Amino acid sequence: MKKTFHIFWIVLILLFLYLPIMVLAVYSFTSSTMIGSIRGFSLHNYETLFTTPELMDMIRGTFLLAFVVALISTILGSLGAVGAFYSKKKTRSAIELLGQIPVVNADVVTGFSVCILLIVFFGMNKNTYIPLVIGLCVLCTPFVYLQVMPRLSGMDPYLYEAALDLGCTPSQAMIRVILPEIIPGMVSGFLTALTLSLDDYFITSYTKPAVFNTISTYVVNATKGAQTDVKTALWALSTLLFVVIVIVVVMMNLTGSREEDR
Amino acid sequence: MKLERRYLAIPYVIFLVVFVVLPLIVVTYYAFTNGEGQPTISNFVTFFTNARTIGTFLYSLFVAVVTTLVCLLLAYPAAYILAKGYFAGKGGMLLLVVMPMWINFTLRLTALKELLDMIEGNLAMYPFLNTIIGQTYDFLPFMILPIYNSLTRMDHSLLEAAEDLGAGKASVLIKVMLPLSMPGIISGVTMVFLPSMTNYVVLDMLYNSTFIMGSLIGSYFSSYDWHNGSMVAATLLLLIVLITYIAEGGSSASGERRG
Repeated sequence: MKKTFHIFWIVLILLFLYLPIMVLAVYSFTSSTMIGSIRGFSLHNYETLFTTPELMDMIRGTFLLAFVVALISTILGSLGAVGAFYSKKKTRSAIELLGQIPVVNADVVTGFSVCILLIVFFGMNKNTYIPLVIGLCVLCTPFVYLQVMPRLSGMDPYLYEAALDLGCTPSQAMIRVILPEIIPGMVSGFLTALTLSLDDYFITSYTKPAVFNTISTYVVNATKGAQTDVKTALWALSTLLFVVIVIVVVMMNLTGSREEDR
Repeated sequence: MKLERRYLAIPYVIFLVVFVVLPLIVVTYYAFTNGEGQPTISNFVTFFTNARTIGTFLYSLFVAVVTTLVCLLLAYPAAYILAKGYFAGKGGMLLLVVMPMWINFTLRLTALKELLDMIEGNLAMYPFLNTIIGQTYDFLPFMILPIYNSLTRMDHSLLEAAEDLGAGKASVLIKVMLPLSMPGIISGVTMVFLPSMTNYVVLDMLYNSTFIMGSLIGSYFSSYDWHNGSMVAATLLLLIVLITYIAEGGSSASGERRG
């Protein structure tokens, strides 16, 4: 009885979360423009997706932007974590408090306030992409910090001292001893930053150049517009991204559990 | 030697001060000035006396409370089953439940919209219902994960001890399990409550004509009304500080992420 209820509840949750994606995935392989109407099998949507320059540019732009943002955030956030870790307790908690702001803040407020400062107050040109990159880094950098910090706290504090005693210079000790210890945190911070900026709508739409679109802003505009061809091509995009995520998650889970075994 | 290492934090600190703290100060400044840069409280008065803005504020509070409750009711049993129940120790199941967090939320909402379109016929007929469904669909994993984490950390022998000492199933749940999982609940609630007041894309994508707080910022942004927009942002900011302050007692909102 208890077991039946447990299975029932989880199946219910999974159905709620996945049924829409699954239905859309099935319909992405038909020529139908509406869910519910039955049409034949077709790869038309996938063809449109890969042959429409506007769509391909938008996808490439989204990933390039996310990559640049994740890279900058990883460098800034890791430096911040290492520096804060070796600071006085008071300084460190002040830094941590500052970093909490973008984490707890609503994305609408973060995006709007960055837009007000850079574009309205300083009159910066949106078309330089600088406000956009800064805005997304504001969101992502503290998350990198939060992923790197536990690696530092879990590290043997005498490793660094030992390296110095054995003749390393401080910068050598930093690169050869501390860096290898925090790399797993940096990698997961990088991935968090990547998914955050791929997923973001609000910060992007308040700071982006008018002609540039990421997947999020493009999809929102497309649902308002009436271009059916583009709309159903996005079903194909959704299906492809879903498959990619499943593969990445399964792979990371496999390598992750192997690392825990060691 | 210690001196050198802590200087590494300088770029991070400067970045946060310039691009996190300064924008919030400028927003507050804009909220209390007019187009000519003169200090004024008219934006403040407009916000708190206009029936539309106050109505939106109250409506979005209501939406946020309902969404948070629905998420909690769905998430708590799920988190329990995954952490302590039939699926305990089966990590794959948890992964399946939280995986939607990594899929672009606008694409997920497109899928939901198409399905609701088919079921309801006309989305505009059920604006409130669709708002709650859409937000729950978007935010549910963010409620499940922190509760799951607090339940797995919980010492199982405490539950057994309570049962051995004669507590019934209901009182074990209410007097032992709920209080012990409170940090997870608080952290989940803060991660769902705020986005439900502000994430207006969920409403937009479901062809909703109702407004929440975020929509106000969006519409002021589109009409280049920086001063009234800043007033809304500043109000939200105050609310966020308040919520964080209240939540601080039991939880640490770190690592996990809302939509």
